[in-house]
Amino acid sequence: MPFKSTVGDYQTVATLETFGFLPPMTQDEIYDQIAYIIAQGWSPLVEHVHPSRSMATYWSYWKLPFFGEKDLSVIVNELEACHRAYPDHHVRLVGYDAYTQSQGSCFVVFEGR
Amino acid sequence: MAKKYDAGVKEYRDTYWTPDYVPLDTDLLACFKCTGQEGVPKEEVAAAVAAESSTGTWSTVWSELLTDLDFYKGRCYRIEDVPGDKESFYAFIAYPLDLFEEGSITNVLTSLVGNVFGFKALRHLRLEDIRFPMAFIKTCMGPPNGIQVERDRMNKYGRPLLGCTIKPKLGLSGKNYGRVVYECLRGGLDFTKDDENINSQPFQRWQNRFEFVAEAVKAAEQETGERKGHYLNCTAATPEEMYERAEFAKELGQPIIMHDYITGGFTANTGLAKWCRKNGMLLHIHRAMHAVIDRHPKHGIHFRVLAKCLRLSGGDQLHTGTVVGKLEGDRQSTLGYIDQLRESFVPEDRSRGNFFDQDWGSMGGVFAVASGGIHVWHMPALVSIFGDDSVLQFGGGTHGHPWGSAAGAAANRVALEACVKARNAGREIEREGRDILLEAAKHSPELAIALETWKEIKFEFDTVDKLDVN
Repeated sequence: MPFKSTVGDYQTVATLETFGFLPPMTQDEIYDQIAYIIAQGWSPLVEHVHPSRSMATYWSYWKLPFFGEKDLSVIVNELEACHRAYPDHHVRLVGYDAYTQSQGSCFVVFEGR
Repeated sequence: MAKKYDAGVKEYRDTYWTPDYVPLDTDLLACFKCTGQEGVPKEEVAAAVAAESSTGTWSTVWSELLTDLDFYKGRCYRIEDVPGDKESFYAFIAYPLDLFEEGSITNVLTSLVGNVFGFKALRHLRLEDIRFPMAFIKTCMGPPNGIQVERDRMNKYGRPLLGCTIKPKLGLSGKNYGRVVYECLRGGLDFTKDDENINSQPFQRWQNRFEFVAEAVKAAEQETGERKGHYLNCTAATPEEMYERAEFAKELGQPIIMHDYITGGFTANTGLAKWCRKNGMLLHIHRAMHAVIDRHPKHGIHFRVLAKCLRLSGGDQLHTGTVVGKLEGDRQSTLGYIDQLRESFVPEDRSRGNFFDQDWGSMGGVFAVASGGIHVWHMPALVSIFGDDSVLQFGGGTHGHPWGSAAGAAANRVALEACVKARNAGREIEREGRDILLEAAKHSPELAIALETWKEIKFEFDTVDKLDVN
């Protein structure tokens, strides 16, 4: 096969697991994902970590999981408060599923530097 | 009262056709689709199946009277018509629990699908379903880890996992093979897989493959910041060699190994699953040879039975077909048996081919693996059919990308995440699939090229094995 100049170079990117290959979400898109978490009956949970520890199993909780919280704006405010308190940390939103003891959803909302 | 010995040949139905019998919770129940030879009554065929798969033989024998055969015999307790089929019928048979060794799937299958399948009074026989009683399930270990533990180990949440088989499946040297693994993983896949045919051939001995693959996995993890794995195929000629390979995979710090459970056999599989539990390794299960057994609608064993047997024998991921790709698989039937792999209780539902209520108790779940002839255009349907607890594997759909495997991997990852994000936002991803993929491609040249490359490929053949419904 002769070399074709149409072949591009794929550059490896450092990503943060789920949704790491999508562009950053807009405010509305984040609302949609929080609404999904709440509609599944999962508890929203905010976690953060310094980027040097991003592969660690345990990130720090922001406060405690928001058990039973149904108000989208509460979760958005907590995400922003966590980001303000730790501006250089990654901040992720988790939909915690107590039935499976797993995370039904988990993605980074603010990337630290 | 003691019975008298009466030598000779009795009709099977006198002993093994018991329409008044109410099955016990501890009975193992089976549903067979029977097609008898012409002129043989249904009850006699069904009773013969019950007899030959349990205590019976063709002639009365004196030694039967040394035991209480009524306690040990299998019984046909119900006969049903097969919808849309005049020559076949379903026979429901109850087997007492004590006919089977605890924790031995090998023993269950040796009894239920042993000699009886060659029985002359039958033209065809197919084992459609087994209801395993909780009393038996509790004697089996099941998946070494289960879905929740696998997610925690691999740090993958909220989406299906993404994998691919290394191609060409045969003929690469260890170093070249590791290169392809590296390309796929750095491009965004979670897992790569040894092809089932890869064991330890002259062109690539297993130690050499394992070492290069381990280096590729490690490099990809460091560069991407995500957890990665490669299913190292430990299927071998002997159990000793199988364990030797598994031990080496562990020594190299790898998270997952692989076994072919039908060609390798249930005894080997159950043993390896127990080794995995003990050693903290995930176990990926391939199913080579299954279609020989499960594809004919009137003879053999339905895959839902093979899937249930695998969950009991042990495995953390099992291939289930794709519904939409190049390999056989009816949608409703596939949904029926992926439930058997993942749920803790599956109700009887004939529209999905499940003949019994099946309670799995606390047994761990198995990821459903969809692999074979799928590409990015299938992504919305795959996410919709298989849900999050699945591994979607694109072989040709990764390596066939015009820029190579890394770009192919990235295209699939973008497509997958776009579909999951859209589903969570409440969009109907199967109906809106085209729009979702085209929107995502605006941010990903890799996906745009993949969509262009595979736009014409379809596999639209009717399935051979359909569910029996009117």
